[in-house]
Amino acid sequence: MTQALLEVKGLKKAYGAIQAVGGVNFEVRPGEIFGVIGPNGSGKTTMFNAVLGQITPDAGQILLKGRDITGLSPLQLSQRGVGRTFQTLQVFGKMTVRDNLIVAAQEHRGNLFSRMFAPGDSGLGAQADALIDQFRIAHVAHKKAGELSYGQQKLVDIAMAFMSEPDLVLLDEPCAGVNPSLVGGISTLLKALNRSRGGSFVVIEHNMDFVMDLCHRILVMVEGQVMAIGTPAEIRANKQVLDAYLGS
Amino acid sequence: MNKLHLIGALAVLALLLAVPPLLKNYGVYLFTTWLVFVIATMGLNLTVGYAGQKSLGHAAFFGIGAYTVAILMKAGFSWWLGLPAAALICFACGLALGFPALRVQTIYLAFATLGFNTAVWLVMRNEEWLTGGTFGINEIARPVLFGAKLDGALPYCYFVLAVALLLGALLFGLLRSPWGKAFTALRDNPIRAESLGVNIQAYTLLSFAIGAVYAGVAGALFASLVQFIEPAPFTVGASIMMYLMVVVGGPGYFFGPLLGSAVGVLLPEWLRFAQAWYLFVFGAAVVLLMLWLPDGLLSIPDRLRARRQAREASAARSAAAAKLGA
Repeated sequence: MTQALLEVKGLKKAYGAIQAVGGVNFEVRPGEIFGVIGPNGSGKTTMFNAVLGQITPDAGQILLKGRDITGLSPLQLSQRGVGRTFQTLQVFGKMTVRDNLIVAAQEHRGNLFSRMFAPGDSGLGAQADALIDQFRIAHVAHKKAGELSYGQQKLVDIAMAFMSEPDLVLLDEPCAGVNPSLVGGISTLLKALNRSRGGSFVVIEHNMDFVMDLCHRILVMVEGQVMAIGTPAEIRANKQVLDAYLGS
Repeated sequence: MNKLHLIGALAVLALLLAVPPLLKNYGVYLFTTWLVFVIATMGLNLTVGYAGQKSLGHAAFFGIGAYTVAILMKAGFSWWLGLPAAALICFACGLALGFPALRVQTIYLAFATLGFNTAVWLVMRNEEWLTGGTFGINEIARPVLFGAKLDGALPYCYFVLAVALLLGALLFGLLRSPWGKAFTALRDNPIRAESLGVNIQAYTLLSFAIGAVYAGVAGALFASLVQFIEPAPFTVGASIMMYLMVVVGGPGYFFGPLLGSAVGVLLPEWLRFAQAWYLFVFGAAVVLLMLWLPDGLLSIPDRLRARRQAREASAARSAAAAKLGA
């Protein structure tokens, strides 16, 4: 059996008397697009932040390719091949789109001091241009990211997470605030990236159509617990999930 | 750098070379002082403008550089030993001052650096055995370069200009390297930067340390320019003035320190006609400048470009609306 890329075992996190995440277990397989859904306050973001080193879990273990990464900082996680996007836009507004992509990967090349003498694009120009083409933002490649529309910035934001070719990318609500016409485009892009790069993605998203269309498996969280894990078809057919979350 | 930038840079260089011989002695002194502050604020621009850290302790490094050269020369060492010593000590102190920045940000960091400046200033004032206290250290000689004395106002001015150009070129290279992008990423969004593998702790410390080296070198040049130092030029007030120079010039703009230092060093001289009112006029000018141009003087082209783009977008929208209506 293939080793899981990401394993989360018995993850717990409480804020005072509130148990935000109460013993969550799941695994993400290599090459898999794994969705996480749940109503507001179900503990998705807390779980996400614990995996990404933004908060320290009270208990549990997080393994990446079998190695314990529990409590590692975001920097250490990035160095171990974990990329992410945030719920809100997080581009570097005063840099051009191309520079945003270059800075997203330059720190994975050489060491701190060799980078002082490296060319400005760190030899990543062609790779950045290819990703820019794939995301269809070539016409704004040399514009400052802060001057773009929300949808364009969202694309830059997502592209940045893939620039260093991480093994695992966690996407926090990639469709939040995005025009419905772009949602399908993001789904198509993520599928293409998954096919061409072979990495695994974990996606938190409220847009059910998007999740059902994109993900290979889906985890449903309710009140800090895992209610169900299964393929989109299984989740759609799960009466407990329908009652608790989907509603119909 | 495009052709236009290159022509602009060459024109500025030609101007810098041509102006000093046209000035009287006091003018050359002011010009040299301006260059010294350009060097100091280039460093502060890296810390504040590019890396986004708040520092109100830059005058402390300026003072450490000046006193290092003065103390070593008094002890019989060459200026050329004092200069690297000043740079090294400032680098170490800058690294040390960077540590609070790993814990606190914004106004809290500003106060931490302000405390550092005050502590350094108290050492300069109270440790008479080392610094001469309020009596200071006098008869600080100017360096000798390849056997040529730089005692005259003009030779020393050109020497400071050469150092400023060299340090400017080094900074330009650094900012064009991946480090420049990392500093900007740190300033714009440290959380995202860290998630992309940017070691924000290392770059924060380096921004302080490199900025401090520039201040230290400027301090060393300042000591030999005025040939007498005492604690007064290195107070928190001086740090605030340097911060003002960076903000007025345009934080994060490479040539910002040229304009900012001109406002801080030369404008008060040009306002002498106002006599007792000159400080009021200077203050009012700075307030108006900040109201009109909060991103500094060098943001003018960006603002004009943004205005033009907004006009063009508005015209395009109107044209599209008219087309739909027709």
